[in-house]
Amino acid sequence: MTTATIAPARVEDTRIGLAGTFRHVGALTRRNLMRIKADPESMFDAVLMPIIFTVLFVYVFGGAVSGNQDAYKQYMIPGLLGQTGLTLAMAVGTGLNSDFQTGVMDRFRTLPIGRASVLLSKMAAETCRALLSFVILIGFALCIGFEVKTGPLEVVAAVGLSLVFGMSVVWVSMLLGMALRSAQAVQGVAMLVLMPLQFGSSIFAPTNTMPGWLQTFTKVNPLSALADASRSLLNGEGPLAHPVMVVLVWSAACTAIFAPLAVARFRKRT
Amino acid sequence: MTRIATAPNDRGTTAGNAVEVRGIVKHYGSTKALDGVDLTVREGTVLGVLGPNGAGKTTLVRVLSTLIKPDAGTAFVGGYDVLRQPKQLRRTIGLTGQYASVDELLSGYENLYLIGRLLDLSSRDAKARAAELLERFSLTEAAKRPAKTYSGGMRRRLDLAASMIGRPRVLYLDEPTTGLDPRTRNEVWDEVQRMVAEGSTVLLTTQYMEEAEQLADELTVIDRGRVIANGGVAELKAKVGGQTLQVRAAHPAELPEMARCLHDRGITSATVSTDTGLLAVPITDDEQLTTVIGVLGNRGFAIVGIDTKVPSLDEVFLAITGKPADTADAAPSLAKEPVA
Repeated sequence: MTTATIAPARVEDTRIGLAGTFRHVGALTRRNLMRIKADPESMFDAVLMPIIFTVLFVYVFGGAVSGNQDAYKQYMIPGLLGQTGLTLAMAVGTGLNSDFQTGVMDRFRTLPIGRASVLLSKMAAETCRALLSFVILIGFALCIGFEVKTGPLEVVAAVGLSLVFGMSVVWVSMLLGMALRSAQAVQGVAMLVLMPLQFGSSIFAPTNTMPGWLQTFTKVNPLSALADASRSLLNGEGPLAHPVMVVLVWSAACTAIFAPLAVARFRKRT
Repeated sequence: MTRIATAPNDRGTTAGNAVEVRGIVKHYGSTKALDGVDLTVREGTVLGVLGPNGAGKTTLVRVLSTLIKPDAGTAFVGGYDVLRQPKQLRRTIGLTGQYASVDELLSGYENLYLIGRLLDLSSRDAKARAAELLERFSLTEAAKRPAKTYSGGMRRRLDLAASMIGRPRVLYLDEPTTGLDPRTRNEVWDEVQRMVAEGSTVLLTTQYMEEAEQLADELTVIDRGRVIANGGVAELKAKVGGQTLQVRAAHPAELPEMARCLHDRGITSATVSTDTGLLAVPITDDEQLTTVIGVLGNRGFAIVGIDTKVPSLDEVFLAITGKPADTADAAPSLAKEPVA
């Protein structure tokens, strides 16, 4: 045994530090954004989904739900912000899963970088993607006659609230991305989570015609609170403080539970 | 440019060993991927880890790259402990996997730049290093194209370049040529030989005896998670037997005559197979090769093909484990002794 003859290597400061972490997250975020640039089709969901949803719901259901399409635009479009943020957030896990499949993750994990950097950079790139689709959504809505009855500050607040909620859901999505075997499985489970959440909410229709059990579900569904808060912010009517609180509490709880789980899972795969 | 890796002080005290592995065990359930592996790679040399699929080669590389933790045993790379000093160890190594781990959507340049930044190079240094390595691996023209448009060989070269950004002291090449065509394989071999000439220490895993012979100074043969042989390449080759020259005669009837001519010139080990029309001559050095060709050519034998054959992994295993070779060693033309 020659191992005993090996003197322990000089103990060095191995902490990466804040500046290092920023640099690593920055470089990885750049990578994630360049992937989008190289594969613009991957932006279809972020760009087209808000437009398709707006067109479909406003012109197909608008008249039936609200009596006329203009009233429905004012009702539904603020809620779409939250729905878009959530859908994009759930897509993060799929991307993370494929990084593990292709061996790129192995390369990252043999580099002397902080474990959280990879996850934080996904988060940062996702924020950019979400912001772009919010701009597209609001821009398109204005084109077809949606009116912001308040001011730019409230628009920023509504977008910000949707982002905060979306970011908290990203952790759930990442955990799924690491726990499930294939990207397809991640997508499938994400759909299963998304469908009841988005339709069992006050986003597309007022909840008062729904059966009691469903109303109970819509009341605890954070997407309802998010839709109510955005509506209040953009239309300037209806309660504001309560739904905003509900969204913030949900987001904080979601992050507090799932962020450590996701990071732990990421570490464990080392 | 400054070295990125901080070399430990005790470089000399590890007795010149860049990698020291003692009794590494890794079990997956009841499967013993590694069952007590010992090996050593001396500074500045190439160790070939030879073994069939599922022998535990990739598991070994993953343990040594801190990607998985061993269940037992110790492993030091550049004097750093895989378990207790993973961060320092990661600055010491470069890894080229069996499956090229570059980002297919990014260009070659962007891939290298990203890794430079993750290794804490300044933006300017990362750019310069990327350009330098693209040039060196003949990828400058393709630098701006997404890696998914690269040929198999270009992708491996990019992968090699990526593992060299940080000027690692120890490089792991995990089956670097598996799945490549012969021409591309030669390209990769050339690159590896260049790296070695420049002083890199390399741990190379392979399934091919030929590759190990080309690139490695020493060999460790593993099977089912255990080391079954190790030593210098020449040593093992002597045990296993070197190349065999195979000459295909135009007229198989001439084969015995060919063998007799060689015998007259002192080459007594030639065997003849009239079934396949082949004359097989074990070759121990280049001179012998020249002699054989010279003799056959001078005597005017009609030859339609010449080939050299390196022992296959199977043959290596047979030679090492001492199990009798079933068909290869049996002289087909000789009458078998009756079984008593």
